[in-house]
Amino acid sequence: MSTNGQQHDVRGELRNPLKRARGLGSAQSGVAHWWTQRVTAAALVFLALWFVVTVLGALHADYATARSIVAKPWNAVLLVAFVLTVCWHAVLGLQIVIEDYVHTRWKEVALLVLVKFFAVLGTLATLMAVLRVALGA
Amino acid sequence: MAEFSLPKNSKVQPGKHFPAKDAKKPRTFRIYRWSPDDGQNPRIDTYEVDMASCGPMVLDALLKIKNEIDSTLTLRRSCREGICGSCAMNIDGTNTLACTKAIEDCASGDVKIYPLPHMPVVKDLVPDLTHFYAQFASIKPWLRTQSPAPADKERLQSPEDRKKLDGLYECILCACCSTSCPSYWWNGDRYLGPAILLQAYRWIVDSRDEDTGARLDDLEDPFKLYRCHTIMNCARTCPKGLNPAKAIAEIKKLIVERRA
Repeated sequence: MSTNGQQHDVRGELRNPLKRARGLGSAQSGVAHWWTQRVTAAALVFLALWFVVTVLGALHADYATARSIVAKPWNAVLLVAFVLTVCWHAVLGLQIVIEDYVHTRWKEVALLVLVKFFAVLGTLATLMAVLRVALGA
Repeated sequence: MAEFSLPKNSKVQPGKHFPAKDAKKPRTFRIYRWSPDDGQNPRIDTYEVDMASCGPMVLDALLKIKNEIDSTLTLRRSCREGICGSCAMNIDGTNTLACTKAIEDCASGDVKIYPLPHMPVVKDLVPDLTHFYAQFASIKPWLRTQSPAPADKERLQSPEDRKKLDGLYECILCACCSTSCPSYWWNGDRYLGPAILLQAYRWIVDSRDEDTGARLDDLEDPFKLYRCHTIMNCARTCPKGLNPAKAIAEIKKLIVERRA
């Protein structure tokens, strides 16, 4: 603290500290992100369990059997749900990590966009694969 | 990126040694020293203090050092009984108050004392809390009402509603919790930190306050509030035994609650 109490910090800024603390104000958002992250996490508890059990069930199966397991309607639906939820949850989590640690603005924005691109691509590719098997293309 | 290593001029060097002369019960204190005036890097000075003639608390030892060994040692202190929050510092690896931390409760070996982590240092054990205080001011920590105050009496509160302030009103704003929080270290410029959020919740739950919605509006922000990742260092380090993490969770719950 400088000689005149709380007016300036040690870096000798002329602006009142309150100007910096209030910044650009509240973004009035964040709750949807926070809540969605928790809901997807809860969903993943069940979906991941189902996924592991299903994969273990197909462990020593030949190609045709494995294909028929994926092609079962409920398995296809749950597999799509699993992939969507994993990607959604991962994007939300990675966004937090990037915002936490990457403090160069252009790198932060670039990474946030890249992560979303890859998540969408990954999701679409997996959906395509599951649907092709399930719909017998 | 967040800075994980110290800049060159902040790298800590070995410092001076002050041995005790014919001490009956010597105890060694290793203390962070830095002065803005001499252009030197920070250093760790070693003081041997005779426990036979020293009070039981870390603050007693610090004042004994300042009075009898090295008067240049700089620290904040006032009440010496855990109510003012001035002597918050990092002792034996944990943020706490020097006046309520017993020397005996420190791990055996040397007692290491540093200023509160990740704050600009004014001198020695004195951190610059300007931004911390400004963040506190930013939540407008006073009773905000629309209804006029009753003409002839105070605003009343039921004993049940008063109880909701227990575990919150005790906070002395010593900054131990906020400076123990990694989220506050990396994003303290925008994240309000556990102490300020606990204070914000103290007004949100106050039955006499009528600005709850505006308070929640101000907090609903990815950085101001949602940088809390429930690391829980705040609750672990609080020298008053409070739980800022719980207060933050309650704020998050209220913000979810008021949606559709």
